Amino acid sequence: MESIWYKILGAIITVIVAFIVGLTYMGLSRKITARIQNRKGPPFYQNFIDALKLASKTSAIHHGFMQHVGPAFMMITSIMSVLVVPILTGDQWFSNLNFKGDLIFLLYIMVFGPLGMALGAGQTGNPNSAIGVTRGLSQMVGFEIPWVMALVALMMQYKTTSIVDLINIQQEQGVWLMFSSPFAFIAAVLAMLGMFRYSPFDIVGAPTELASGPVSENGGKYLFTLMSSNSIFAFAKLTLYVDLFLGGASNIVELLIKTFAIYLIPMLYGTVSPRYRTEQAIKYFWGWPLFFGFLALLYAAIF
Amino acid sequence: MINDKNSQKIVDIIQNWSRKHSIWVLAYGTGCGAIEIPPTMTSRYDAERLGVRGAATPRQADVLLITGYLTTKTLKRVIRVYEQMQDPKYVIGFGSCTINGGMYYDSYNTIKVLDKYLPVDVYINGCMPRPEAVLAGFGKLQQLIAEGKANGATKYKENLEWYKGNQKKIIPNWVMPEYNW
Repeated sequence: MESIWYKILGAIITVIVAFIVGLTYMGLSRKITARIQNRKGPPFYQNFIDALKLASKTSAIHHGFMQHVGPAFMMITSIMSVLVVPILTGDQWFSNLNFKGDLIFLLYIMVFGPLGMALGAGQTGNPNSAIGVTRGLSQMVGFEIPWVMALVALMMQYKTTSIVDLINIQQEQGVWLMFSSPFAFIAAVLAMLGMFRYSPFDIVGAPTELASGPVSENGGKYLFTLMSSNSIFAFAKLTLYVDLFLGGASNIVELLIKTFAIYLIPMLYGTVSPRYRTEQAIKYFWGWPLFFGFLALLYAAIF
Repeated sequence: MINDKNSQKIVDIIQNWSRKHSIWVLAYGTGCGAIEIPPTMTSRYDAERLGVRGAATPRQADVLLITGYLTTKTLKRVIRVYEQMQDPKYVIGFGSCTINGGMYYDSYNTIKVLDKYLPVDVYINGCMPRPEAVLAGFGKLQQLIAEGKANGATKYKENLEWYKGNQKKIIPNWVMPEYNW
């Protein structure tokens, strides 16, 4: 009984840690982008100032019920997905509320928030929002397929749908899954490029083209909710990658190093790339990532 | 405790500090001054290090940057944009044209004094102001925000009838909704 209280308390702390770490990573990405562009750039805590300012603005916007609920959907999704991902392995506080079959649950819940946001953005009546939503859903069709194939390959190969089991397998074998099932890792990393929506896959927000897309009618507290949910979601996804492919983390420092190393991939790729058009992005995901997904499935079926 | 004057003062200081260091600008490129915005934002002058950043839509913006002259036709759009912005909001008048008409002082279809139609917090002088001047203008706005003196929006609400009267005098076919705060 006591272990459940540990888990719940750990889960609450996890959400706070995810918020802080996610915002810091976004701030660091702004700083690194600025340094690559030969600028000084904002301080790494700039996103916290932005969040504080957005939270203290008024939000006198009303377009209908779903518009208010859309950002809440995003927040719920982020918190639910961060709660089922084990943050630290072998720790009674931060193993979190995972259960058998949480990989399948995650596959479903990660799509839930964007769909809710799409409903909310549709109700604002802003044409930019509508275009952003259609682009986002098309892009999701693109990157979800290699991502699901990578996860299914892992599930087939190790005959489990639990993240904790996968971590235990890596610890028993002494080899990270990124080496023992490399094709799944490649497919998952290529899918992650679309998941994080940095350029060249920033076709949803598309600054200067779509005026920030689905969130174009959201200001003040709505934008704060979206910003914090994005940071929590980013942390959840990064931790999931570390758990699946990099053998998990046993303490917080190891976790931060590993997640930041994963985070550098989409960020650095984004700083040197221009934006794709929608059909180019989908064509990209249905090219090499899909090929590596098939290879991963074959690899899993043969070995 | 909640309506206590001293605790409100502390909250104001924290909020003003965050507003000061995070200015999201909606650059309304009405006139030729808009050409000075890209160098201000990019590598050479890098306004982002001061927390100044472009916002995509009026809903997300804090500062409306009126870059140069305003024709009566664009004034209508600017008013709509300004009224869509969320409090606290500020207006920067950019270039001589917003102060006294500048080189368009005798034009038949541009407005001469922006302050009659929208409450301007900071003027940036020059035709056109260089990026250094723009950064100095942002610095002045930051100083006003920190002191709590950048209250153009409250001025607009208090003198709404005067502003609306001036706007309706110059815009002949007024089809916009009426607001009352």
